[in-house]
Amino acid sequence: MDVLFGNLGEYLGRFGGTIGLFVISAIVSLILGVVLAAMRVSPVPAMRATGTVYVTLLRNTPLTLVLFFFALGFTKLFFYLPFFLLAVIGLSLYTAAFVCEVVRGGISTVPEGQAEAGRALGLGFTQILGLIVLPQAVRSVMPPLTSVQIALLKNTTVAAGFSVFEAGGFYRAINERGGSTLVALLWVALGFIVLVLPLTVLQRRLEMRWSVSR
Amino acid sequence: MSDQSAPGAASSSPPMVRMAGVNKHFGDLHVLKDIDLEVARGEVVVVLGPSGSGKSTLCRAINRLEPIDGGTVEIDGTLLPEEGKDLARLRSDVGMVFQQFNLFAHLTILDNVVLAPTRVRGVSKAEAQERARALLDRVGIAEQSNKYPAQLSGGQQQRVAIARALAMEPKVMLFDEPTSALDPEMVGEVVEVMAGLAKDGMTMVVVTHEMGFARRAAHRVVFMDDGEIVEDTTPDSFFSRPATERARDFLGKILTH
Repeated sequence: MDVLFGNLGEYLGRFGGTIGLFVISAIVSLILGVVLAAMRVSPVPAMRATGTVYVTLLRNTPLTLVLFFFALGFTKLFFYLPFFLLAVIGLSLYTAAFVCEVVRGGISTVPEGQAEAGRALGLGFTQILGLIVLPQAVRSVMPPLTSVQIALLKNTTVAAGFSVFEAGGFYRAINERGGSTLVALLWVALGFIVLVLPLTVLQRRLEMRWSVSR
Repeated sequence: MSDQSAPGAASSSPPMVRMAGVNKHFGDLHVLKDIDLEVARGEVVVVLGPSGSGKSTLCRAINRLEPIDGGTVEIDGTLLPEEGKDLARLRSDVGMVFQQFNLFAHLTILDNVVLAPTRVRGVSKAEAQERARALLDRVGIAEQSNKYPAQLSGGQQQRVAIARALAMEPKVMLFDEPTSALDPEMVGEVVEVMAGLAKDGMTMVVVTHEMGFARRAAHRVVFMDDGEIVEDTTPDSFFSRPATERARDFLGKILTH
């Protein structure tokens, strides 16, 4: 208990950093992932190709390498950005590839007749996608989409390796102060469980509200 | 009622629908063979034929839901472009009712009818809702407007689908086997709505197995077999004096049941 209460400020502060990383990256990755999914089903070959290359590249690269690139390479190649922002960019780009594939899976569950009815009414491709197909697709993939976001939440700890102030680095800070690493890790694990619970509840709520029966 | 004369036939305005030399293949299968078809303003044309005869493809080719390999399709004198915004605009003038209803599953009945007028035509939401309520009332679904499609029976869903198409104030309505997916006891309510539309002067192309509707509301019967239009005549002469062996064969099969 001393490990926690002796360092409560640090503990809460670091989890604040985790939540910050997660919330921003979650929003960016969801938006980017949906855009990528739209590109991958678009009638324009160049768009489809871009989407495919993006997903192949980002999904097949270990997250550590993606973050390495942004933490070390980005500043050298382009311009200076704080580590926190670089971590957000890396996590968002990486997670967006997974969001894209989940949403694309959802799109394939929407019957062709839904889009046909939209076309027959004179709606354009973007309108059909945005008003008819995507809303149904996203609703049908709430459980896997939540899993991707939970993975993102836990992946934020990788950013600790790049000096971002977040929960994954808590045990090291404790270790430096002579505290028990093991106990610190247990507290961090507990913290993550507490953070994931509301996500699960949110998923259930949305599933119930959005259940599209056919 | 087969003796009623075809409206618009004598006028000089262009036909509402004109297909000329339309061809379509599915792989090796030649599903539409040099189709020429004109539908006058206010005319109700019923397309009959055995399954696989190409009648559904013909119907879907009219608004290019089914791309064609050759030939032209004109709606009210305007050539249907192959794709793009102009095609979408022309499609919005052509109402379509599908065999599987295809109501938007995530929207309420009211929102199903309101969506296209607001998004395609830029009608205000309040006005679109008011018109949607009137249309739903006309097809007898007014009380269900806040429900979702899955909560309605097949017959009710199909009537909503008709209201959804009518909300765009289309020049012509296409019906692609509108009663084929319905339980028998629900066919009547949908046919009733369609007959009402025909009576009000709507131009209609109806692919159906409902001989009752064909006899009662059609001005013309087009009989298709093997991708060709084999007969194009009045319902009365088609049913009582079919000219071809293929039509007699088809009628023998469906009428003896």
